[in-house]
Amino acid sequence: MSDEIVQVDGLTKRFAGVVAVDNLSFNARKGEILGLVGPDGAGKTTTLRILAGVLSADAGAVLVAGQDVLVQPEAVKSRISYMPQQFGLYEDLTVTENIRFYADIFEVSRTVRQQREDQLLEASGMSRFRNRLAGQLSGGMKRKLGIACALIHTPQLLLLDEPTTGVDPVSRRELWSILYSLVFEGVTVLVSTAYLDEAERCHRLLLMYQGRRLFFGTPDELKNMLPGAVLSISSPDPQALQTAVAGEQGILSATAMGDTLHVVVDDPDRRLAQLRAGFEHAGVPFGEPRRIAASVEDVFVYVISQQETQQGS
Amino acid sequence: MNDVPSIVVDQLVKRFGAFTAVNQVSFEIRSGEIFGLLGPNGSGKSTIIRMLCGLLTPSSGSATVVGFDVARQAEDVRRHIGYMSQKFSLYNDLTAIENLQFFAGLYGVKGRALDERIAWAIKMSGLAGSEQLLTGELSGGWKQRLALGCAVLHRPRVLFLDEPTAGVDPLSRRQFWELIHQMSREGVTILVTTHYMDEAEYCNRLALIDEGRIVEMGTPTEIKQTAVKGDLLLIECSPLGGGLAAIKQAPGVIDASVFGAALHVVVSAGRDPVTELPAFLAGHDVRVGRIEPISPSLEDAFVSLTGSRALSSEPPQ
Repeated sequence: MSDEIVQVDGLTKRFAGVVAVDNLSFNARKGEILGLVGPDGAGKTTTLRILAGVLSADAGAVLVAGQDVLVQPEAVKSRISYMPQQFGLYEDLTVTENIRFYADIFEVSRTVRQQREDQLLEASGMSRFRNRLAGQLSGGMKRKLGIACALIHTPQLLLLDEPTTGVDPVSRRELWSILYSLVFEGVTVLVSTAYLDEAERCHRLLLMYQGRRLFFGTPDELKNMLPGAVLSISSPDPQALQTAVAGEQGILSATAMGDTLHVVVDDPDRRLAQLRAGFEHAGVPFGEPRRIAASVEDVFVYVISQQETQQGS
Repeated sequence: MNDVPSIVVDQLVKRFGAFTAVNQVSFEIRSGEIFGLLGPNGSGKSTIIRMLCGLLTPSSGSATVVGFDVARQAEDVRRHIGYMSQKFSLYNDLTAIENLQFFAGLYGVKGRALDERIAWAIKMSGLAGSEQLLTGELSGGWKQRLALGCAVLHRPRVLFLDEPTAGVDPLSRRQFWELIHQMSREGVTILVTTHYMDEAEYCNRLALIDEGRIVEMGTPTEIKQTAVKGDLLLIECSPLGGGLAAIKQAPGVIDASVFGAALHVVVSAGRDPVTELPAFLAGHDVRVGRIEPISPSLEDAFVSLTGSRALSSEPPQ
C-alpha cells in the first residue's frame, strides 16, 4: 500500500545471546498513531532505536518512506525524529535557545525556524515561557519542549519512547492533543507506553512480548481477543468478593479495585448465579453485576498471563 | 476495614516563606483503608506525606497517626509507619537479601522475628531463588516488590506509598496492588500519592489535591459521578479533523478532544445531544457514524476539576 510510510519485515536484534527483537514485522501508515505496548524488556525501546537509525540490526529490513534505514541511515534522517526517554535538553539554556539549537542541527533555515517555533510553542501552550531556563520547567513542560525540538524540522515520522512517564494528567492530555494535530498534518507517530489507558488513544497497537509480536491491530480488535466478558460489581469490600470467587471454574480473572470488583468470566449467562452464590457466602454487601467494556489493560494482562502460563508449563 | 480512624488530619497548613504548599487540609483514614492523594506535580501531596511521617513540622493545624501527634511525638509515629518512595531507595550494589537485612537492622527487627520476616518478604515478593542477585539487575516489578518488602519488615500499622508504580509495567502493577489489598485486609492503613489514574482506581477513597487544597473527596465511583459537569459522549465522524473544529462551535458543547479514531465531547446537562449534534455536524459536511453517551473516567474527572486552572497558570518552581 502506498500510504505505508514504515515497513518493518523480519527485524531481529541480539545483544550478547539475548534476542531483544525477534523476527518482528509491522507497518505504519501516513497520519497514523501506532502504539508500542508490552512489559519491561519486551523490545520496545530497541525497536524504536533501530527505526531511528541509531542502532544496527542483525537481520530484517526497515523501510521508511521507501528507503532502507539499515542500508542508508543518512538518507532518511531528515524525515525522522526520535525522542528517547532521556531527551537531551540543555537545562542551562532557555526554551527558545533549546529549539534554536535543534533547528541548527537539522539545518532549518532561519525564516522557517521562526515560523515553526512560534507555531510549536503556541500549540503546546508554552509561548509565555520562551525565556525560562529549561531546567526550571515542570516535568510535563520539559516533555512538551522535547517534542517541540523534535518537530522543528517537520519530520514525516516521529518516534517517541514513553513520552508521558512522570507527566501529570493535564500535561498528558496536552501532549496527546499535540500528537493528534500532527496526525492531521499527515505525520506518522510511533509511541511506546507502559500506560494502557493511553493505548486506547492509538489508531493501531503493536503488542510485544520477549521481542516478538503478540498482536498487531486496532484497540477494538485487541479487545476481541478476550474470551467471555468483563463484569463490574460494586461493593464496600471488593477484596472479600475476590477471595470468594477467584480461581473457580469459568472465572478467568478477578481484580479488586477501590470500590468495585472486575471479573472476567467465560460465559456471563452461565456464571451469574455462581458468582452471586459465592458473593453471598462472603457475607459483604454487593451491587448487581454489570457488564462493562473490556479495557486494553484487561486484555493485555490476560494475553501476557497466557504466555507466561504456557512457558511455565 | 473498621471505623477506627488511623490517621486524622485537621486543618493542616504548611508554608514555605510566602508560598502555601498545603492549605487547610482535613481528612480521616480508617484502619485498613486504602486512601489515595491524587494531584498534579507540585500540588502538595508529598508535603502532606512528609508531615505525616514527622519529617516536616506543620505551620498550623494538627495530625495524628495511630494516635500519636506528628509534631510532638514524631519518634513514636516513625515506629509505626513504613514508607516506600517512587525511587524505591534500594542499594543496587547489594543483593536482594542484603537489602532486606539492611532495612531489618534499621528498623530494629531481631532474633527469630528477623528470619521470619525476611523469609516472608522473599516469598511475598516472588524472589525465592533470586535472593543472591544484585538488586541493580532486577526488573522494575521485582525491585518494586522488594522495596515493599523492605518497607514493611517491622510490621507497620500504616504504610505510605509515594508514587509506587511509576515506571513499572502493567502486569507487575496488578500484582503489586494485590499485595497492597492483602495488607489492607490484615488491617494495615495505606496512604498512596499518585498522578496515575489506574493507580487511583485501586483506592477505597480518594482526595483530589490542587494547589495545596482538597477539591474533591470520595470513592472513585462517587468522584467520577460528581466531578464532570455535563454529559460525556463518544462520537465517530468523518472527517475527524473537520468534526473536531465544527463541534467546538456547536451549542452546549463545553469541551471536545480527539480520542483515537473518535471524539470525546462534553455537553452541558439537560440537552439532547444525540439528536442535536449529528444535525449540527451535517450542516458542516461532517457525517456522524456512532454517537453514544459514555461514563467519565477518573482522568476526565481530574482534568475537569483542575484542568482549566492548571492550563492557565505558571508551572511550580
